[in-house]
Amino acid sequence: MMLSDLATVIRSKNAGPFELTFDVLFTNQDNYQKVVASKQLSAESFAELYAIDLADVLSVVEFEPALAIKITIKRARSSGAFGETDVYGAQQHAPLLSLWIPA
Amino acid sequence: MARHPQAIAVDAGSTDPGPYYLGSGQSFTNREAVKRDLTLIIEAGLDAKIPVLIGTAGGSGAAPHLSWCLEIVNHVLVDLNQTARVAQIVSDQSSNDLITALYEDRISSLGPVPSLTEAEISDSTHIVAQMGVEPVIAALVEGAQIVVAGRCYDPAVFAAVPVMQGFSEALAMHMGKILECAAIAAIPGSGSDCMLGTLDASGFILEALNPERRCTVTSVAAHTLYEKSDPRLLPGPGGVLDLTRCQFEQLDNRRVRVSGTQFVKSDQYTIKLEGAKPVGHRTISLAGIRSPDLIVQLDTVLESVKDQVFQNFENIESAEVKLLFRCYGRDGVMGELEPMRQAQPHEIGLVIEVVAKTQALADTVCSFTRSTLLHIGYPGRQSTAGNLAFPYSPSDISHGLVYEFSVYHLLTVDDPLTPFPCTIQQLGITS
Repeated sequence: MMLSDLATVIRSKNAGPFELTFDVLFTNQDNYQKVVASKQLSAESFAELYAIDLADVLSVVEFEPALAIKITIKRARSSGAFGETDVYGAQQHAPLLSLWIPA
Repeated sequence: MARHPQAIAVDAGSTDPGPYYLGSGQSFTNREAVKRDLTLIIEAGLDAKIPVLIGTAGGSGAAPHLSWCLEIVNHVLVDLNQTARVAQIVSDQSSNDLITALYEDRISSLGPVPSLTEAEISDSTHIVAQMGVEPVIAALVEGAQIVVAGRCYDPAVFAAVPVMQGFSEALAMHMGKILECAAIAAIPGSGSDCMLGTLDASGFILEALNPERRCTVTSVAAHTLYEKSDPRLLPGPGGVLDLTRCQFEQLDNRRVRVSGTQFVKSDQYTIKLEGAKPVGHRTISLAGIRSPDLIVQLDTVLESVKDQVFQNFENIESAEVKLLFRCYGRDGVMGELEPMRQAQPHEIGLVIEVVAKTQALADTVCSFTRSTLLHIGYPGRQSTAGNLAFPYSPSDISHGLVYEFSVYHLLTVDDPLTPFPCTIQQLGITS
């Protein structure tokens, strides 16, 4: 299944001007556990999906009270600096939508 | 207001809209919209005789933002035929003090931010620090009815009144952290109507005031994730809010109670600095490309245009001019993060962007780049009349000064009040 079939919210946003953070939220405990168990949202798989250095994946946090998985990466440049494509960082989530989660 | 709140607070601040607003001193919100909102809040606050607190006035909280907001507050009071004691708390930090702090090793980087240098400090037009609750409480103790604060840690204006009344700082801060985004923590979420927070000795209750919205355990817990890198540990002025042992409890269909938040005071009191500096002037030109033979070799063609531009302006050092092509339809949104860059689109939205030392130079280089690309030949070219479709005449737009975030660091201070001087004045009708 694709991640977008299991999660209800998949979003990206700045966490301050130097970091970009991705939230994947579930409404259903089973779906949350399925994705956590699949390990497809690990630092390694995220680095591969976005073609960035593993060291630039700053944290991956599984936060069960909110049925959420949160990934934070280093921005390629500070928000709004020359070459910026997304000042708010709100449209960087799309590659996650089709991330494959084995059944 | 029928619920008898003891304070009305609003957080106006964010670095989200980018470095321009802090750097230039402009507000990113519209004056009329701000005046409308402040009229509602100030009228209600004065009527109920409760404090009105505005955090990070003008969006970025530097001196020009503070003056902009104070002028609106004064206008609102005059329109309401009212007068009030208004505190203004300045959060600007002088570059001399910061350079001294830098050499005394009192400034450290936050996360992936490069180390601060003296040049970054002196090149910045505005550097502000985020105040905690202490300066806001001090203004209230002095009898302020309305507090207009410079750059604030977002929860500070919400937590100030409860902390002053002796409630737990941990709970008050956590409550402020959620209230600062208005009803975004409810479902359906909204930043445009209010949320009520009610504190007791061991927790707080959240309730969206619009009956259409509900707070649920998941909506509130999920909100703690928003715009932060770690949902469990939230660093702020003077310490870290620790949410690891938090309990979220559904009281009824619309209300959630939160308890168990802890505040771990740090050994040294640190405040977050934010600064922006000008880096040049920008000119852009917008155009579309529909020729498949050009789109298939776009990178090569753009590279040769770039070469011609820099050959033509060879007396200009490349450090003074930056040239960039944005290709919407291919990787305009995600840049280097785009995994589908190789897909061949049927059209490209092109932005030619030049940032240069002066506006005149940016205009000149952008114009030359645009006309070179319009007419450049490439292998297999059949559409020989022009390579670009312009939606506008004139095609080029002078965009003005460009800023970059220059400072995003932590400053260790001796006490939480000294960096944030407060003055109180009587505003509104004076007779």
